[in-house]
Amino acid sequence: MTSSLAPAVQAVGIDKHFGSTHALRGVDISIDAGHCLGLVGRNGAGKSTLVSILSGLSVPDGGEVRFDGEPAPTAGAVDAWRGRIATVFQHSMVVPQLTVAENVFLGHRDAANGMVNWRTMRRRTDDIMAEWGFEIRSTTLCQDLTVEQLQVVEIARALATGARCLLLDEPTAALERGAIQRLFERVNQLVSGGVAVMYISHHLEEVFEICQDVVVMRDGAVVLTTPTSALTKDQLVTTMVGTVPATPASPPVATPTGTAATTAAVAAAVPRARTEAGSDDGPVLVVEGLTTSSTRGRLNGVSLQIGAGECVGVTGLLSAGVSTLGRVVAGAEAGDGGRVLVRGQVVRTGRRDLAQQAGVGYIPEDRRLEGFVAHLGVAENATMTITDRLSGTLGLLRPRQRTEAAQPLSEALSVVASGPDQPVGELSGGNQQKVTVARTLIHDPSVIVAITPTRGVDVASKALLLGALAGYAKETGAALLLASDELDDLVLCDRVVVLVRGEVFAEFTDAPFDREELISATEGLVRTGQDIR
Amino acid sequence: MTSGTPQAAATPGTEPESDPRSDSSQPDPLGKPAPRPDRSRAAALPGLRRTQGMDILRQAALAPVLIILVVVGSLVSSAFLTVNNLTGIGQQISALGVVVVGESLILLIGGMDLSLESTYGLAPMVAAWLILPVSSFGNGMKLNPFLGIVILVLVGAVIGLINGLLIVKGRLNGFIVTLGVTIVLAGLQNGIVKAQTLFQLPTAFGYLGSAYVGGIPVSLIVAVAIFIVVGLFLRYHRTGRAIYAVGGNPAAARAAGIKVDRIRIGVYVAGSVLAAIGGLMESGRVSAVTGQQGYGEGIIFSVFAAAVIGGVSLKGGRGNMVGAATGVILLGLVQNILDLANVSNYWIEAIDGAVILFALLLARVIGGESTAE
Repeated sequence: MTSSLAPAVQAVGIDKHFGSTHALRGVDISIDAGHCLGLVGRNGAGKSTLVSILSGLSVPDGGEVRFDGEPAPTAGAVDAWRGRIATVFQHSMVVPQLTVAENVFLGHRDAANGMVNWRTMRRRTDDIMAEWGFEIRSTTLCQDLTVEQLQVVEIARALATGARCLLLDEPTAALERGAIQRLFERVNQLVSGGVAVMYISHHLEEVFEICQDVVVMRDGAVVLTTPTSALTKDQLVTTMVGTVPATPASPPVATPTGTAATTAAVAAAVPRARTEAGSDDGPVLVVEGLTTSSTRGRLNGVSLQIGAGECVGVTGLLSAGVSTLGRVVAGAEAGDGGRVLVRGQVVRTGRRDLAQQAGVGYIPEDRRLEGFVAHLGVAENATMTITDRLSGTLGLLRPRQRTEAAQPLSEALSVVASGPDQPVGELSGGNQQKVTVARTLIHDPSVIVAITPTRGVDVASKALLLGALAGYAKETGAALLLASDELDDLVLCDRVVVLVRGEVFAEFTDAPFDREELISATEGLVRTGQDIR
Repeated sequence: MTSGTPQAAATPGTEPESDPRSDSSQPDPLGKPAPRPDRSRAAALPGLRRTQGMDILRQAALAPVLIILVVVGSLVSSAFLTVNNLTGIGQQISALGVVVVGESLILLIGGMDLSLESTYGLAPMVAAWLILPVSSFGNGMKLNPFLGIVILVLVGAVIGLINGLLIVKGRLNGFIVTLGVTIVLAGLQNGIVKAQTLFQLPTAFGYLGSAYVGGIPVSLIVAVAIFIVVGLFLRYHRTGRAIYAVGGNPAAARAAGIKVDRIRIGVYVAGSVLAAIGGLMESGRVSAVTGQQGYGEGIIFSVFAAAVIGGVSLKGGRGNMVGAATGVILLGLVQNILDLANVSNYWIEAIDGAVILFALLLARVIGGESTAE
């Protein structure tokens, strides 16, 4: 085989393990020069691992990467890899303290005599930005840019290397429609110029728009390789999900009946502290036209209402604004516009302490970061939200008071610990999350914001936690806002709202919800019989 | 409206309905019997004792060092184990001890304050300057000494508030902010009195640092009281507990509704006020306020050393007053033994520093990670 006929990039039988996880199982993939290949799959399918292997960032356990038929450079030969392939990663790789120009030309070693030609660098950067229609000055520090502008810098950097292969890992996650169109024009231009492009996206319509071929990955293996013209979006979704959604690896998460006794116990274990102020009939939580340009995903005017005892799931892709919505409602992040009302009272956003006083409980997305203080005990963490209630007029409280206050709820949630003073950092992930849930519920909130509450939690604890949250809401008339990209979490919800690019895209009101319809909606695709707002 | 397929949402449970409590035991999806874990109630008291036991062990880690120092001291000089000498040590270390309490509080919230040493010098200097007549290098306002003490506390509070606002609200680095403030304050301390030493302090102003009650220095009584009150506050007051939460994980504390910024600023204020009170004790002890007091003596090294030897973590969230007090006592003993052993003044600092480093190392070896962090 001569090199001119060989694919520009070829992966043969790539195998990769992370501990006990078999991340890639004999993956074969190849991209010809002048082609754009789409790579799709659900979270955890192995896409990002494959990208890091193709970019030379990690070494496969088995198999081989070839460029133009030649074996790939050895691991660690950064310059050699960079000459072959350029990658726009999902997570920002921009150095915030450097200027736009410096970032675009970061790591380029082709400067004459090892000297940096600042004037050329700035001029070329300005040219690139003008071409993109962005008013980004080459001398601006990257920390002053918006998320979207940063993404443009990333793309400009990848294009500036002049490599003949380009990997784009969700490059449009933070882009507006106009910028996406410009990106597509640029990609089409590169492809017709003979560059091989691999395009990874959760937005399937984008894949159909610019890719000639598509590869579907599931559980670390390639399950389908086909021209995009040969299949419909529905078929693509079905292939991504697989024919058997409930695999042995993900057994049924919860049945409402199975946890009924526990959920009642949880609700009973929470001391009633709420004073039902405001109107009794109206919705407990009202979100009106919430907008924010958060780095975690922006919101473009999200409105929703949750009534007493109602569980509403919010789902969407990584950048769709799902966790942002939860954080703004909980007061962990400020909104730019719109209002949050709890029982008719406006709650100022961006002040977690005020939100809590207004009765908003918060189960954060990353429990290690925000969920607990690792070296403090179970009882202390579980009662952290109610120290003002426990202590007397002088603010004094004894450790025993904390232990006694935490005990009923820790038992109802079956927190497994050696004692109330065991540091939470020593507990298993599931028990840590139970402590975080206890900390939230013990305050007797009238609104609970739970963001991916079952992430990294084992199957049994998952069912228990979801049951406890939903049960608490039902028993006490609280409103539950469950923000999660994990579809299994939404089983107990009364309604599911799907966000796409920071806007409410669809709402599902009849449980049980169809998995494939939910996935299509998160991808921004409309399927038959679906209600679009 | 959408109508879903049943399989997607709730697959019927394959397991029989179980006792809800068995959910705690992380049952195996394959239905194997899972071991039932300890119930939290059953294990409650042993757990409590266990953690307290760990704390006591950590404090006790320095006990052998203290015993060795006492033995060495009594071998070096027969004057060591006398009431006079021991109360003398007590008086010497109380001023440092009060500053150590302030710095420990700031370390507990995950902060750091170098400027306590300048506050320790400037606050008594400002107060004495306002109290004393022009003949003693005062400014001639001749304020009431008690009013002077109030002003001393206010000076501390204002410095702490400035530090706190710059660090917490201004999001500046605490090390650099307090380093800059240290130098500014030290300059003020010399500037307002043109580098003169202020002496002939009124009795009321020097009382705290120089008086004895029943053979015990007042400064020692007050310092011990401060250690006890702050120790109990940290253990039993909700704000004290919030300090540990803020230092241990500020994001988690904020998510739990704790007013993190307010607590941080408050602790900076409290730390500086304590440093000012420590300075008052020192001025009383030496019956003068010199331009050297605090920054000139470089006491901040001893302050950090005592706190860290005593197990207060530089990363925040860990440590207590028992440990901090142990660290202060250890430093006081070392200093006293070096004095009694007639170590040449030219060498005393080198040996002092070496002993502190050795104590830190020892505390790390015996006390484990938490002591050294």
